Amino acid sequence: MNAVAKTRLSLKGYARRDGRKGIRNVVAVAYLVECAHHVSRLIVQKSGSDDVHLIGFPGCYPNKYSLEMMQRLCTHPNVGAVLLVSLGCEGFNREQLRRTIAASGRPVDLLVIQQSGGTTRTLNAGLEIVRKMRAELAKQTAVPMAIDELIVGTVCGGSDGTSGITANPAVGRCFDWLIEAGAACIFEETGELIGCERIMASRAVTPELGREIEACVDKAANYYRIMGYGSFAPGNAEGGLTTLEEKSMGAYSKSGSSPITGLIKPGDVPPRGGLYLLDVVPDGEPRFGFPNISDNAEIVELIACGSHLILFTTGRGSVVGSAISPVIKVCANPDTYDRMADDMDVNAGRILRGAELDDVGREIFALVESVASGELSKSEALGHQEFILTYKQFEPIGPACLPAA
Amino acid sequence: MDAGKLPPLLLLHPDDNILVARRDIAAGERVEIDGQSFAMPVAIELGHKLARRALAADTRVLKYGAPIGSMKMAVARGEHVHLHNLRSDYLPSTSREIGASLKTDADHH
Repeated sequence: MNAVAKTRLSLKGYARRDGRKGIRNVVAVAYLVECAHHVSRLIVQKSGSDDVHLIGFPGCYPNKYSLEMMQRLCTHPNVGAVLLVSLGCEGFNREQLRRTIAASGRPVDLLVIQQSGGTTRTLNAGLEIVRKMRAELAKQTAVPMAIDELIVGTVCGGSDGTSGITANPAVGRCFDWLIEAGAACIFEETGELIGCERIMASRAVTPELGREIEACVDKAANYYRIMGYGSFAPGNAEGGLTTLEEKSMGAYSKSGSSPITGLIKPGDVPPRGGLYLLDVVPDGEPRFGFPNISDNAEIVELIACGSHLILFTTGRGSVVGSAISPVIKVCANPDTYDRMADDMDVNAGRILRGAELDDVGREIFALVESVASGELSKSEALGHQEFILTYKQFEPIGPACLPAA
Repeated sequence: MDAGKLPPLLLLHPDDNILVARRDIAAGERVEIDGQSFAMPVAIELGHKLARRALAADTRVLKYGAPIGSMKMAVARGEHVHLHNLRSDYLPSTSREIGASLKTDADHH
Protein backbone atom coordinates (compact mmCIF):
# COMPACT_ATOMS: atom_id res chain seq x y z
CA MET A 1 0.00 0.00 0.00
CA ASN A 2 -0.83 2.50 -0.54
CA ALA A 3 -2.40 3.92 -3.63
CA VAL A 4 -5.29 5.30 -1.65
CA ALA A 5 -3.61 7.92 0.51
CA LYS A 6 -1.54 9.18 -2.40
CA THR A 7 -4.57 10.23 -4.43
CA ARG A 8 -4.85 13.27 -2.11
CA LEU A 9 -8.04 14.55 -3.62
CA SER A 10 -8.72 18.08 -2.60
CA LEU A 11 -11.83 18.34 -0.48
CA LYS A 12 -14.09 21.36 -0.15
CA GLY A 13 -14.61 23.14 3.14
CA TYR A 14 -16.05 26.27 4.73
CA ALA A 15 -13.35 28.25 6.53
CA ARG A 16 -14.02 29.17 10.18
CA ARG A 17 -12.35 31.81 12.31
CA ASP A 18 -10.62 29.20 14.55
CA GLY A 19 -8.76 27.82 11.52
CA ARG A 20 -10.87 24.71 11.13
CA LYS A 21 -12.97 24.00 8.05
CA GLY A 22 -16.43 22.53 7.80
CA ILE A 23 -17.62 20.05 5.16
CA ARG A 24 -21.21 21.27 5.64
CA ASN A 25 -22.63 24.72 6.35
CA VAL A 26 -25.74 24.13 8.42
CA VAL A 27 -27.93 26.37 10.54
CA ALA A 28 -28.41 24.73 13.94
CA VAL A 29 -31.63 25.41 15.84
CA ALA A 30 -30.97 24.50 19.47
CA TYR A 31 -33.58 24.07 22.19
CA LEU A 32 -32.18 24.66 25.67
CA VAL A 33 -34.81 22.64 27.55
CA GLU A 34 -37.39 20.05 26.47
CA CYS A 35 -40.10 22.72 26.92
CA ALA A 36 -38.61 24.56 23.90
CA HIS A 37 -38.24 21.41 21.80
CA HIS A 38 -41.54 21.56 19.92
CA VAL A 39 -41.18 25.21 18.92
CA SER A 40 -37.62 24.52 17.74
CA ARG A 41 -38.75 21.47 15.78
CA LEU A 42 -41.48 23.55 14.10
CA ILE A 43 -38.91 26.15 13.06
CA VAL A 44 -36.71 23.41 11.54
CA GLN A 45 -39.60 21.67 9.78
CA LYS A 46 -41.19 24.83 8.42
CA SER A 47 -37.84 26.20 7.23
CA GLY A 48 -38.21 23.58 4.50
CA SER A 49 -34.45 23.05 4.28
CA ASP A 50 -32.36 19.94 4.94
CA ASP A 51 -29.54 22.28 5.95
CA VAL A 52 -31.37 23.44 9.08
CA HIS A 53 -30.67 20.93 11.87
CA LEU A 54 -32.35 20.42 15.23
CA ILE A 55 -30.14 19.91 18.29
CA GLY A 56 -30.68 20.61 21.97
CA PHE A 57 -30.59 19.57 25.59
CA PRO A 58 -33.78 18.48 27.37
CA GLY A 59 -32.88 18.95 31.04
CA CYS A 60 -33.99 21.88 33.19
CA TYR A 61 -31.11 21.53 35.67
CA PRO A 62 -27.73 23.07 34.82
CA ASN A 63 -24.88 20.68 34.04
CA LYS A 64 -21.28 21.54 33.17
CA TYR A 65 -20.97 18.69 30.64
CA SER A 66 -24.09 19.62 28.68
CA LEU A 67 -23.08 23.29 28.50
CA GLU A 68 -19.61 22.30 27.31
CA MET A 69 -21.11 19.91 24.74
CA MET A 70 -23.52 22.53 23.40
CA GLN A 71 -20.67 25.05 23.10
CA ARG A 72 -18.58 22.54 21.14
CA LEU A 73 -21.49 21.51 18.93
CA CYS A 74 -22.63 25.07 18.16
CA THR A 75 -19.07 26.02 17.17
CA HIS A 76 -18.45 22.80 15.21
CA PRO A 77 -16.90 23.55 11.81
CA ASN A 78 -19.93 22.06 9.99
CA VAL A 79 -22.18 24.65 11.69
CA GLY A 80 -22.42 28.07 10.05
CA ALA A 81 -25.00 29.82 12.23
CA VAL A 82 -27.08 29.07 15.34
CA LEU A 83 -30.53 29.99 16.60
CA LEU A 84 -30.98 29.28 20.32
CA VAL A 85 -34.52 28.69 21.62
CA SER A 86 -35.13 29.00 25.36
CA LEU A 87 -38.39 28.69 27.24
CA GLY A 88 -37.14 31.28 29.70
CA CYS A 89 -37.10 29.75 33.18
CA GLU A 90 -34.76 26.77 32.64
CA GLY A 91 -31.33 26.47 34.26
CA PHE A 92 -29.27 26.33 31.05
CA ASN A 93 -26.65 29.10 30.84
CA ARG A 94 -27.95 30.49 27.55
CA GLU A 95 -25.96 33.73 27.76
CA GLN A 96 -22.64 31.91 28.05
CA LEU A 97 -23.58 29.70 25.11
CA ARG A 98 -24.57 32.74 23.06
CA ARG A 99 -21.31 34.54 23.91
CA THR A 100 -19.23 31.50 22.94
CA ILE A 101 -20.97 31.22 19.57
CA ALA A 102 -20.70 34.97 18.90
CA ALA A 103 -16.98 34.89 19.80
CA SER A 104 -16.49 32.18 17.15
CA GLY A 105 -17.62 34.65 14.47
CA ARG A 106 -20.87 32.85 13.69
CA PRO A 107 -24.23 34.55 13.34
CA VAL A 108 -26.21 33.70 16.48
CA ASP A 109 -29.60 34.70 17.79
CA LEU A 110 -31.63 33.82 20.87
CA LEU A 111 -35.39 33.55 21.21
CA VAL A 112 -36.96 33.25 24.66
CA ILE A 113 -40.46 31.86 24.23
CA GLN A 114 -41.82 33.50 27.38
CA GLN A 115 -40.61 36.90 26.13
CA SER A 116 -41.51 36.39 22.47
CA GLY A 117 -45.14 35.75 23.33
CA GLY A 118 -45.59 32.01 22.97
CA THR A 119 -45.44 29.31 20.31
CA THR A 120 -46.70 31.06 17.19
CA ARG A 121 -44.84 34.33 17.67
CA THR A 122 -41.60 32.50 18.47
CA LEU A 123 -42.07 30.27 15.44
CA ASN A 124 -42.60 33.22 13.12
CA ALA A 125 -39.65 35.12 14.56
CA GLY A 126 -37.50 31.96 14.33
CA LEU A 127 -38.40 31.36 10.68
CA GLU A 128 -37.40 34.92 9.79
CA ILE A 129 -34.08 34.59 11.65
CA VAL A 130 -33.30 31.26 9.99
CA ARG A 131 -34.18 32.67 6.55
CA LYS A 132 -31.69 35.54 7.05
CA MET A 133 -29.02 33.20 8.40
CA ARG A 134 -29.38 30.92 5.39
CA ALA A 135 -29.12 33.87 3.02
CA GLU A 136 -25.91 34.93 4.76
CA LEU A 137 -24.43 31.41 4.66
CA ALA A 138 -25.30 31.13 0.97
CA LYS A 139 -22.81 33.95 0.30
CA GLN A 140 -19.91 31.89 1.72
CA THR A 141 -17.85 30.00 -0.82
CA ALA A 142 -16.14 26.71 -0.17
CA VAL A 143 -12.34 26.68 -0.14
CA PRO A 144 -9.96 23.78 -0.84
CA MET A 145 -9.45 21.48 2.13
CA ALA A 146 -6.87 18.73 2.58
CA ILE A 147 -7.35 15.30 4.11
CA ASP A 148 -5.03 16.27 6.97
CA GLU A 149 -7.63 18.85 8.05
CA LEU A 150 -10.23 16.14 8.50
CA ILE A 151 -11.40 14.52 11.73
CA VAL A 152 -13.24 11.21 11.27
CA GLY A 153 -15.04 9.32 14.03
CA THR A 154 -16.21 5.73 14.04
CA VAL A 155 -18.96 3.98 15.96
CA CYS A 156 -20.62 0.59 15.72
CA GLY A 157 -24.27 -0.13 16.34
CA GLY A 158 -26.33 -3.28 16.05
CA SER A 159 -23.19 -5.40 15.96
CA ASP A 160 -23.36 -9.11 15.16
CA GLY A 161 -21.02 -12.00 14.45
CA THR A 162 -20.05 -10.49 11.09
CA SER A 163 -19.10 -7.00 12.36
CA GLY A 164 -15.65 -7.93 13.63
CA ILE A 165 -14.82 -9.88 10.47
CA THR A 166 -15.94 -7.48 7.73
CA ALA A 167 -17.03 -3.88 8.40
CA ASN A 168 -14.92 -3.14 11.47
CA PRO A 169 -11.55 -4.27 10.09
CA ALA A 170 -12.40 -2.55 6.77
CA VAL A 171 -12.94 0.73 8.64
CA GLY A 172 -9.67 -0.04 10.45
CA ARG A 173 -7.86 -0.15 7.09
CA CYS A 174 -9.48 3.12 6.07
CA PHE A 175 -8.40 4.65 9.42
CA ASP A 176 -4.80 3.54 8.84
CA TRP A 177 -4.75 5.26 5.45
CA LEU A 178 -6.47 8.41 6.71
CA ILE A 179 -3.94 8.69 9.54
CA GLU A 180 -1.10 8.07 7.10
CA ALA A 181 -2.49 11.03 5.10
CA GLY A 182 -2.44 13.20 8.22
CA ALA A 183 -6.09 13.04 9.37
CA ALA A 184 -7.21 12.60 12.96
CA CYS A 185 -9.36 9.51 13.61
CA ILE A 186 -11.37 8.81 16.76
CA PHE A 187 -12.69 5.47 18.02
CA GLU A 188 -14.64 5.08 21.22
CA GLU A 189 -16.86 3.37 23.72
CA THR A 190 -14.45 2.09 26.31
CA GLY A 191 -17.35 0.03 27.69
CA GLU A 192 -17.28 -1.86 24.39
CA LEU A 193 -13.52 -2.31 24.58
CA ILE A 194 -13.58 -4.29 27.83
CA GLY A 195 -11.18 -7.18 27.30
CA CYS A 196 -8.98 -5.23 24.83
CA GLU A 197 -7.34 -2.97 27.40
CA ARG A 198 -3.92 -4.64 27.44
CA ILE A 199 -3.66 -4.89 23.64
CA MET A 200 -4.72 -1.24 23.35
CA ALA A 201 -2.26 -0.11 26.02
CA SER A 202 0.56 -1.77 24.09
CA ARG A 203 -0.28 0.42 21.08
CA ALA A 204 -0.08 3.68 23.05
CA VAL A 205 2.73 6.06 22.03
CA THR A 206 3.96 6.24 25.66
CA PRO A 207 3.75 3.80 28.61
CA GLU A 208 1.99 6.53 30.65
CA LEU A 209 -0.73 6.82 28.02
CA GLY A 210 -0.99 3.01 28.04
CA ARG A 211 -1.66 3.08 31.79
CA GLU A 212 -4.31 5.79 31.31
CA ILE A 213 -6.02 3.62 28.67
CA GLU A 214 -6.07 0.59 30.98
CA ALA A 215 -7.44 2.72 33.82
CA CYS A 216 -10.22 4.14 31.66
CA VAL A 217 -11.35 0.65 30.57
CA ASP A 218 -11.33 -0.41 34.24
CA LYS A 219 -13.51 2.61 34.98
CA ALA A 220 -15.92 1.52 32.22
CA ALA A 221 -16.10 -2.07 33.49
CA ASN A 222 -16.83 -0.84 37.01
CA TYR A 223 -19.46 1.62 35.80
CA TYR A 224 -21.31 -0.96 33.74
CA ARG A 225 -21.12 -3.47 36.59
CA ILE A 226 -22.96 -0.99 38.81
CA MET A 227 -25.50 -0.29 36.04
CA GLY A 228 -26.22 -4.04 35.98
CA TYR A 229 -25.85 -4.40 32.20
CA GLY A 230 -22.85 -4.43 29.95
CA SER A 231 -23.04 -2.69 26.59
CA PHE A 232 -24.53 -5.78 25.01
CA ALA A 233 -27.99 -5.84 23.44
CA PRO A 234 -30.19 -8.88 22.76
CA GLY A 235 -29.71 -8.35 19.03
CA ASN A 236 -25.97 -8.81 19.47
CA ALA A 237 -26.64 -12.33 20.77
CA GLU A 238 -29.19 -13.11 18.06
CA GLY A 239 -26.48 -12.21 15.56
CA GLY A 240 -24.03 -14.71 17.02
CA LEU A 241 -22.11 -12.68 19.58
CA THR A 242 -22.01 -14.35 22.99
CA THR A 243 -19.93 -12.25 25.37
CA LEU A 244 -19.03 -8.62 25.92
CA GLU A 245 -15.34 -9.32 25.35
CA GLU A 246 -16.16 -11.04 22.05
CA LYS A 247 -18.11 -7.95 20.96
CA SER A 248 -15.20 -5.84 22.17
CA MET A 249 -12.62 -7.69 20.08
CA GLY A 250 -14.77 -7.13 17.01
CA ALA A 251 -15.37 -3.47 17.81
CA TYR A 252 -11.69 -2.93 18.53
CA SER A 253 -10.73 -3.77 14.94
CA LYS A 254 -12.29 -0.47 13.81
CA SER A 255 -9.21 1.21 15.27
CA GLY A 256 -6.91 -0.28 12.62
CA SER A 257 -3.24 -0.72 13.43
CA SER A 258 -1.87 2.81 13.91
CA PRO A 259 -0.26 3.78 17.23
CA ILE A 260 -2.71 5.34 19.71
CA THR A 261 -1.77 9.03 19.94
CA GLY A 262 -4.07 10.17 22.72
CA LEU A 263 -6.97 9.54 25.05
CA ILE A 264 -9.64 12.27 24.91
CA LYS A 265 -13.01 12.97 26.53
CA PRO A 266 -16.21 14.36 24.96
CA GLY A 267 -15.54 17.89 23.69
CA ASP A 268 -11.75 17.49 23.43
CA VAL A 269 -10.66 18.18 19.85
CA PRO A 270 -7.59 16.20 18.67
CA PRO A 271 -4.72 18.72 18.44
CA ARG A 272 -3.17 17.05 15.37
CA GLY A 273 -3.45 13.98 13.13
CA GLY A 274 -3.30 10.47 14.55
CA LEU A 275 -5.48 7.88 16.27
CA TYR A 276 -7.42 8.88 19.40
CA LEU A 277 -9.48 6.86 21.86
CA LEU A 278 -12.54 8.71 23.16
CA ASP A 279 -13.44 7.91 26.78
CA VAL A 280 -17.22 8.27 26.93
CA VAL A 281 -17.78 6.80 30.40
CA PRO A 282 -18.44 9.48 33.07
CA ASP A 283 -16.01 10.07 35.93
CA GLY A 284 -16.90 9.66 39.57
CA GLU A 285 -19.74 7.68 41.11
CA PRO A 286 -22.45 6.65 38.59
CA ARG A 287 -25.00 9.44 38.86
CA PHE A 288 -27.10 9.95 35.76
CA GLY A 289 -27.58 6.41 34.45
CA PHE A 290 -26.08 4.56 31.51
CA PRO A 291 -23.07 6.26 29.89
CA ASN A 292 -24.68 6.36 26.45
CA ILE A 293 -28.31 5.41 26.21
CA SER A 294 -28.18 4.76 22.44
CA ASP A 295 -25.80 4.97 19.48
CA ASN A 296 -26.60 8.62 18.71
CA ALA A 297 -25.33 9.70 22.14
CA GLU A 298 -21.91 8.36 21.08
CA ILE A 299 -22.17 10.00 17.67
CA VAL A 300 -22.95 13.38 19.28
CA GLU A 301 -19.85 13.05 21.47
CA LEU A 302 -17.68 12.18 18.47
CA ILE A 303 -19.05 15.29 16.75
CA ALA A 304 -18.36 17.41 19.85
CA CYS A 305 -14.73 16.27 19.46
CA GLY A 306 -14.73 17.85 16.01
CA SER A 307 -15.58 14.84 13.83
CA HIS A 308 -16.54 16.07 10.37
CA LEU A 309 -18.12 12.75 9.51
CA ILE A 310 -18.85 9.41 11.13
CA LEU A 311 -18.18 5.88 9.86
CA PHE A 312 -20.96 3.76 11.35
CA THR A 313 -20.59 -0.02 11.11
CA THR A 314 -23.66 -2.19 11.58
CA GLY A 315 -24.43 -5.90 11.36
CA ARG A 316 -28.08 -6.10 12.38
CA GLY A 317 -28.86 -2.96 10.41
CA SER A 318 -29.08 0.53 11.93
CA VAL A 319 -30.72 3.29 9.90
CA VAL A 320 -29.65 6.35 11.90
CA GLY A 321 -27.81 9.44 10.71
CA SER A 322 -27.04 12.55 12.72
CA ALA A 323 -27.49 16.26 12.97
CA ILE A 324 -24.39 18.36 12.11
CA SER A 325 -22.10 15.66 10.65
CA PRO A 326 -22.83 13.13 7.89
CA VAL A 327 -22.94 9.44 8.82
CA ILE A 328 -21.61 6.83 6.38
CA LYS A 329 -23.11 3.37 6.92
CA VAL A 330 -20.83 0.37 6.50
CA CYS A 331 -22.93 -2.80 6.58
CA ALA A 332 -21.12 -5.84 7.96
CA ASN A 333 -23.68 -8.52 7.21
CA PRO A 334 -24.40 -9.42 3.56
CA ASP A 335 -27.94 -10.65 4.36
CA THR A 336 -28.72 -7.39 6.17
CA TYR A 337 -27.34 -5.45 3.22
CA ASP A 338 -29.64 -7.34 0.84
CA ARG A 339 -32.62 -6.42 3.07
CA MET A 340 -31.67 -2.78 3.79
CA ALA A 341 -29.50 -1.67 0.86
CA ASP A 342 -31.27 1.72 0.61
CA ASP A 343 -29.84 2.66 4.01
CA MET A 344 -26.32 1.33 3.51
CA ASP A 345 -23.43 3.16 1.83
CA VAL A 346 -21.05 0.19 1.79
CA ASN A 347 -21.63 -3.57 1.58
CA ALA A 348 -18.69 -4.81 3.65
CA GLY A 349 -20.49 -8.15 4.06
CA ARG A 350 -19.33 -9.08 0.57
CA ILE A 351 -16.02 -9.93 2.23
CA LEU A 352 -17.77 -13.08 3.48
CA ARG A 353 -18.60 -13.88 -0.14
CA GLY A 354 -15.04 -13.54 -1.35
CA ALA A 355 -14.28 -9.80 -1.64
CA GLU A 356 -10.96 -8.43 -0.36
CA LEU A 357 -10.80 -6.47 2.90
CA ASP A 358 -8.48 -3.89 1.29
CA ASP A 359 -10.92 -3.28 -1.55
CA VAL A 360 -13.73 -2.53 0.90
CA GLY A 361 -11.34 -0.33 2.90
CA ARG A 362 -10.53 1.60 -0.29
CA GLU A 363 -14.23 2.01 -1.06
CA ILE A 364 -14.78 3.50 2.42
CA PHE A 365 -11.81 5.84 1.95
CA ALA A 366 -13.18 7.04 -1.40
CA LEU A 367 -16.57 7.67 0.23
CA VAL A 368 -14.93 9.71 2.99
CA GLU A 369 -13.40 11.87 0.25
CA SER A 370 -16.62 12.31 -1.71
CA VAL A 371 -18.87 12.93 1.32
CA ALA A 372 -16.28 15.39 2.64
CA SER A 373 -16.53 17.12 -0.74
CA GLY A 374 -20.27 17.62 -0.43
CA GLU A 375 -21.84 14.41 -1.73
CA LEU A 376 -24.71 13.22 0.49
CA SER A 377 -24.43 9.95 2.40
CA LYS A 378 -27.45 7.60 2.29
CA SER A 379 -28.69 8.58 5.76
CA GLU A 380 -28.30 12.27 4.90
CA ALA A 381 -30.28 11.90 1.67
CA LEU A 382 -33.01 10.06 3.63
CA GLY A 383 -33.25 13.00 6.03
CA HIS A 384 -31.84 11.25 9.10
CA GLN A 385 -30.75 13.93 11.57
CA GLU A 386 -30.99 12.12 14.92
CA PHE A 387 -29.62 13.85 17.99
CA ILE A 388 -29.53 13.03 21.69
CA LEU A 389 -27.74 14.66 24.60
CA THR A 390 -28.20 13.76 28.27
CA TYR A 391 -26.60 14.48 31.65
CA LYS A 392 -23.03 13.39 32.41
CA GLN A 393 -20.03 14.45 34.44
CA PHE A 394 -16.35 14.42 33.51
CA GLU A 395 -13.04 15.49 34.97
CA PRO A 396 -10.56 17.07 32.51
CA ILE A 397 -8.02 14.71 30.93
CA GLY A 398 -4.60 14.49 32.60
CA PRO A 399 -1.26 15.43 30.96
CA ALA A 400 -0.40 11.78 30.17
CA CYS A 401 -3.43 11.54 27.87
CA LEU A 402 -1.99 13.73 25.08
CA PRO A 403 1.74 12.95 25.27
CA ALA A 404 2.91 14.91 22.22
CA ALA A 405 0.92 18.03 23.11
CA MET B 1 -14.48 -15.42 -6.83
CA ASP B 2 -17.51 -17.71 -6.80
CA ALA B 3 -19.09 -17.23 -3.40
CA GLY B 4 -20.75 -20.65 -3.61
CA LYS B 5 -17.38 -22.40 -3.58
CA LEU B 6 -16.09 -20.65 -0.49
CA PRO B 7 -15.72 -22.87 2.59
CA PRO B 8 -18.72 -22.20 4.89
CA LEU B 9 -16.57 -22.00 8.05
CA LEU B 10 -13.97 -19.36 8.83
CA LEU B 11 -10.90 -19.85 11.00
CA LEU B 12 -10.06 -16.27 12.05
CA HIS B 13 -6.75 -17.06 13.79
CA PRO B 14 -4.63 -20.23 13.93
CA ASP B 15 -4.89 -20.35 17.75
CA ASP B 16 -8.70 -20.24 17.73
CA ASN B 17 -10.73 -23.17 19.08
CA ILE B 18 -13.95 -21.95 17.43
CA LEU B 19 -14.95 -21.39 13.80
CA VAL B 20 -17.39 -18.80 12.46
CA ALA B 21 -20.18 -19.53 9.94
CA ARG B 22 -19.69 -17.52 6.76
CA ARG B 23 -23.34 -18.22 5.81
CA ASP B 24 -26.31 -20.11 7.25
CA ILE B 25 -25.42 -23.82 7.43
CA ALA B 26 -28.09 -26.56 7.66
CA ALA B 27 -28.01 -29.44 10.14
CA GLY B 28 -26.52 -32.48 8.46
CA GLU B 29 -24.64 -30.43 5.84
CA ARG B 30 -21.11 -31.71 5.31
CA VAL B 31 -18.42 -29.20 6.17
CA GLU B 32 -14.67 -29.44 6.58
CA ILE B 33 -13.01 -28.84 9.92
CA ASP B 34 -9.21 -28.90 9.75
CA GLY B 35 -9.27 -30.97 6.60
CA GLN B 36 -11.73 -33.56 7.89
CA SER B 37 -15.23 -33.87 6.51
CA PHE B 38 -17.84 -33.56 9.20
CA ALA B 39 -21.68 -33.61 9.31
CA MET B 40 -23.09 -30.58 11.12
CA PRO B 41 -24.86 -31.78 14.30
CA VAL B 42 -27.05 -28.62 14.37
CA ALA B 43 -27.96 -25.73 12.06
CA ILE B 44 -25.76 -22.65 12.44
CA GLU B 45 -26.64 -19.11 11.35
CA LEU B 46 -24.34 -16.63 9.66
CA GLY B 47 -21.94 -15.07 12.17
CA HIS B 48 -22.42 -17.76 14.83
CA LYS B 49 -19.65 -19.94 16.28
CA LEU B 50 -19.04 -23.66 16.55
CA ALA B 51 -16.43 -25.74 18.34
CA ARG B 52 -13.38 -26.48 16.21
CA ARG B 53 -12.58 -29.43 18.47
CA ALA B 54 -14.04 -31.00 21.64
CA LEU B 55 -13.85 -28.41 24.43
CA ALA B 56 -13.81 -29.28 28.15
CA ALA B 57 -15.68 -27.22 30.74
CA ASP B 58 -13.75 -24.06 31.75
CA THR B 59 -11.75 -24.02 28.51
CA ARG B 60 -10.82 -20.49 27.45
CA VAL B 61 -12.48 -19.85 24.11
CA LEU B 62 -10.26 -18.04 21.59
CA LYS B 63 -11.54 -15.94 18.67
CA TYR B 64 -9.28 -13.60 16.64
CA GLY B 65 -6.59 -15.33 18.78
CA ALA B 66 -7.97 -13.53 21.86
CA PRO B 67 -9.99 -14.90 24.80
CA ILE B 68 -13.74 -14.20 24.54
CA GLY B 69 -14.91 -16.18 27.60
CA SER B 70 -14.89 -19.68 29.13
CA MET B 71 -16.93 -22.82 28.47
CA LYS B 72 -19.64 -23.49 31.07
CA MET B 73 -19.72 -27.16 30.05
CA ALA B 74 -17.98 -29.62 27.78
CA VAL B 75 -19.02 -29.66 24.11
CA ALA B 76 -18.23 -31.95 21.21
CA ARG B 77 -16.61 -30.84 17.98
CA GLY B 78 -19.03 -28.99 15.68
CA GLU B 79 -21.44 -27.95 18.42
CA HIS B 80 -22.90 -24.46 18.48
CA VAL B 81 -20.95 -22.30 20.95
CA HIS B 82 -23.18 -19.54 22.31
CA LEU B 83 -24.99 -18.19 25.40
CA HIS B 84 -26.05 -21.67 26.60
CA ASN B 85 -22.51 -22.97 26.98
CA LEU B 86 -20.11 -19.99 26.92
CA ARG B 87 -19.84 -17.32 29.64
CA SER B 88 -18.11 -13.96 29.78
CA ASP B 89 -15.04 -13.61 31.98
CA TYR B 90 -16.11 -9.97 32.52
CA LEU B 91 -19.81 -9.09 32.59
CA PRO B 92 -22.90 -11.23 31.96
CA SER B 93 -24.72 -10.71 28.66
CA THR B 94 -28.24 -9.28 28.64
CA SER B 95 -31.57 -10.67 27.47
CA ARG B 96 -34.76 -8.80 26.57
CA GLU B 97 -36.23 -9.72 29.97
CA ILE B 98 -36.08 -6.64 32.21
CA GLY B 99 -33.87 -7.11 35.24
CA ALA B 100 -32.50 -10.45 34.14
CA SER B 101 -29.12 -11.29 32.77
CA LEU B 102 -29.08 -14.34 30.54
CA LYS B 103 -28.75 -17.42 32.69
CA THR B 104 -25.24 -18.65 32.67
CA ASP B 105 -25.73 -21.89 34.59
CA ALA B 106 -25.03 -25.18 32.90
CA ASP B 107 -28.31 -26.67 34.15
CA HIS B 108 -30.28 -24.22 32.04
CA HIS B 109 -28.92 -25.74 28.87
